[in-house]
Amino acid sequence: MPRSRVLRRVALRLAGAAFVLWAVATLTFFAIHLVPGDPAQAILGGPGSQASQEALDEVRADYGLDQPLVVQYGAMLGRLVTGDLGDSYALKTPVAELIGGQILGTLALAALALVVAWVLAVGLALWSTSAGRIGRAIAGGLELTAAALPHFWLATVLIAVFSTSLGWLPPVSNDAASGLVLPVITLAVPLAGFLAQLMRERMLEALEQPFAVSAAARGETAAGLRLRHALRHAALPAINLSGWAVGYLISGAVVVETIFARPGLGRTLLRATELRDVPVVVGVVLVVALVYVLMTLATDVVSRFADPRIAREEAPA
Amino acid sequence: MSGGEPVRPDPGPVTAPDAPVLDVAGLSVAFRDGRGWREVVHGLDLSVAAGTCVAVVGESGSGKSVTARAVLGLAGAGARVRADRLDVAGADLRRADERDWRRMRGARAGLVLQDALVSLDPLRTIGREIGDPLRLHLRMPPAAARSRALELLELVGMPHPALTVDRRSGELSGGMRQRALIAAALALDPPLLIADEPTTALDVGVQARVLGLLEAARDRGTAVLLISHDLAVVSRMADRVVVLHDGRVVEQGPTAELLGDPRHPITRALIAAVPTEVPRGAPLSLAPHGADAATADRPPGPAPAATSAPGLPSSGPPGAPVTATRPPILEGLGLTKSFGSGPTRVLAVQDASFRIEPGRTLGLVGESGSGKSTLARLVLGLTAPDAGEVRLDGGPWTTLPERGRRPLRRRLGAVYQDAFGSFDPRWSVRRILRDALAAAGAETSDAAVAVLLDQVRLAPGVSAQHPLALSGGQRQRVAIARALAGSPDVLVCDEPVSALDATVQARVLDLLDEIQRERGLAMLFISHDLGVIRHMSDTIAVMRSGRIIEQGDAERVFTAPEHEATAALIRDSPRLVIRGPGSNR
Repeated sequence: MPRSRVLRRVALRLAGAAFVLWAVATLTFFAIHLVPGDPAQAILGGPGSQASQEALDEVRADYGLDQPLVVQYGAMLGRLVTGDLGDSYALKTPVAELIGGQILGTLALAALALVVAWVLAVGLALWSTSAGRIGRAIAGGLELTAAALPHFWLATVLIAVFSTSLGWLPPVSNDAASGLVLPVITLAVPLAGFLAQLMRERMLEALEQPFAVSAAARGETAAGLRLRHALRHAALPAINLSGWAVGYLISGAVVVETIFARPGLGRTLLRATELRDVPVVVGVVLVVALVYVLMTLATDVVSRFADPRIAREEAPA
Repeated sequence: MSGGEPVRPDPGPVTAPDAPVLDVAGLSVAFRDGRGWREVVHGLDLSVAAGTCVAVVGESGSGKSVTARAVLGLAGAGARVRADRLDVAGADLRRADERDWRRMRGARAGLVLQDALVSLDPLRTIGREIGDPLRLHLRMPPAAARSRALELLELVGMPHPALTVDRRSGELSGGMRQRALIAAALALDPPLLIADEPTTALDVGVQARVLGLLEAARDRGTAVLLISHDLAVVSRMADRVVVLHDGRVVEQGPTAELLGDPRHPITRALIAAVPTEVPRGAPLSLAPHGADAATADRPPGPAPAATSAPGLPSSGPPGAPVTATRPPILEGLGLTKSFGSGPTRVLAVQDASFRIEPGRTLGLVGESGSGKSTLARLVLGLTAPDAGEVRLDGGPWTTLPERGRRPLRRRLGAVYQDAFGSFDPRWSVRRILRDALAAAGAETSDAAVAVLLDQVRLAPGVSAQHPLALSGGQRQRVAIARALAGSPDVLVCDEPVSALDATVQARVLDLLDEIQRERGLAMLFISHDLGVIRHMSDTIAVMRSGRIIEQGDAERVFTAPEHEATAALIRDSPRLVIRGPGSNR
């Protein structure tokens, strides 16, 4: 590929990413102003603080909250462009610092959940494609059920079984590795159901292809057909979906971190939204969007390695 | 084999020298159909001796491919295979379990499927695909398997084996893929080679070389079971021919005898469908007695308007009378088109000039990549030429701006190879044709749709169907109807019958002939199949590397080619050679 073409592609991708971030900031900003509540109250310590009208007015003037929404929006954009996420209304600390302290926990949770989901999905797809009709029906049912499970319900059931009844694992997340098990399972199971369904269908499709017949005619084993041929074909769409999956996992983290009382971006976002802490909400959502954009780029790169056809298609004919 | 001693991991039971390598008796294959079984192969007998080639011919759906796969135990999980005898290289496979089959596949029998683009795993390098049997049967380490794969690629005449061994099927041409597939099938030098339509969709030159490879394997002592619908291919290399119809053998015998003196109407229809030797304008499709093949392609409905007596030139002279003074309806003048820039610039079409008079056909022939399809796109105004122009009915066409071209567009119709790919599968035939009528500014009533369908001899009932529910021949008829929607003066046909069975192909070619006669259409007919081109064309243009290297009257080009490449093309083209009995091979 000529250099100019590569540069143009990179420039296009960066422009696209910038657009996504701008759109996310804009939507978040206006959406949070649709929620009833007063940011000035948040600045003065929340709804319970019984701040005086004078204090509220003063804070509004200080923070520019008396300005029209569009002006506030413009001010926020100006700040964001310079890389400044602002200060939290409620905690008075820089948003960047706040996020920096929380992001690793959430990313670890999401990354582990993604890995576990992949392992479960690959295992299930490999088993179900070798099983007979009944096995396939069972796998199909499992996948659908898993994919449809809401996080809050799954978390509650897992706590009830493994913490309350069996006492194997802590109900509240702690620093020990055992504290991560239930949150990770909660996030991974629905995603695994979704991925397994996709991979099973693609594997069955690949096994129907003439190249699978050719391979079988060379003496390839049934397991070899699935592992060496079908699995790679099935992995491609699943890799592409993984960028989306990270977004899904982080939004799931809001629920999971809250239920397991686990510090992280999800809980921070939830609290900030309740308090109408606009800079924190916008900051967290932006960072999540950035992770999402980076993940999408990463899946692009990975699928290029997994599928040599992509790079070729983009080369000039 | 070039690599010294042939590698045979498991010679299996020793066979008597004259015992057939493949010996099948009373083979029946059935598939589950609701609660019962639907038998598709009924009590078939088949045997192939070492160093010989037996061809199984028949239309699609006759059970050829199922038979080939059943011999390898690959008929499918839902299939029931029964046989009185099923021996491959001396091993009885009637009670074989999955392990036995696996040991036999690749080692005692190799399979070459058609369309290597989908028969090789697009995500794996051909080196690994070829190395598979070595790894699986000999436990050969990767490095050794790779060097053996290189030898095998050498054996099958792959250009630059050291480079291509690490390529994937998508990076190779059709002929190279087919070679890789044959190399993989020959990796363990199996006593039996099954080739299922090995040359379909290949250029004639490549076709000849692939057949040469199979012949070489046969001459080395391999038993070859060739599955094909192309009698021209069969007549070149088979010692015996078995004709299948509806899962039964209807006729079999030595190739020369069977082709020279066919007894069964199915055999006769297959032979007649080979277009090479049939004069221009004469119909290719016979109307066989009884359960005739024509109805398979045509739903019950009004009788076709023109059914000619078999074998006779139909009423009316072929095409319009030849007059050099008639003004051309379509004229190409010095057309040139290139793609890319700098060192990767490819001249797809170079200084191509031609003319087509009303009611006449210009056949455009050449290997893939020679620029035929680009020329078609230039003619259709889908791509702008770098130089030169196409003139339509004496006026400008490609030099007009798009706005000026639009009202003229309906005067050009196009039919492509892949009718299915050019339809939206969710649309009904009615919607497809209405869309085309609307685009041509014509009336879009049901009656207008019915008229179009009638022109391509389809019943009006077809209009409610979706492309998926139609047979290949029916789809191509719908594609022709769509091309006719604007009452065009010129029909551009780009490989219109390449994806069809011989007998279906014959009926579609006949239909195009009839329509041309009825409407005085000019046709630009593109094909890689010289037989089809010769049958359809008044004049022929031969393309090579973007240039028209020879052009002239069809008979003259075939009988006295001026360019050496044309002569090679004609020489390589498989022809139905019917020799007297006893002179076989």
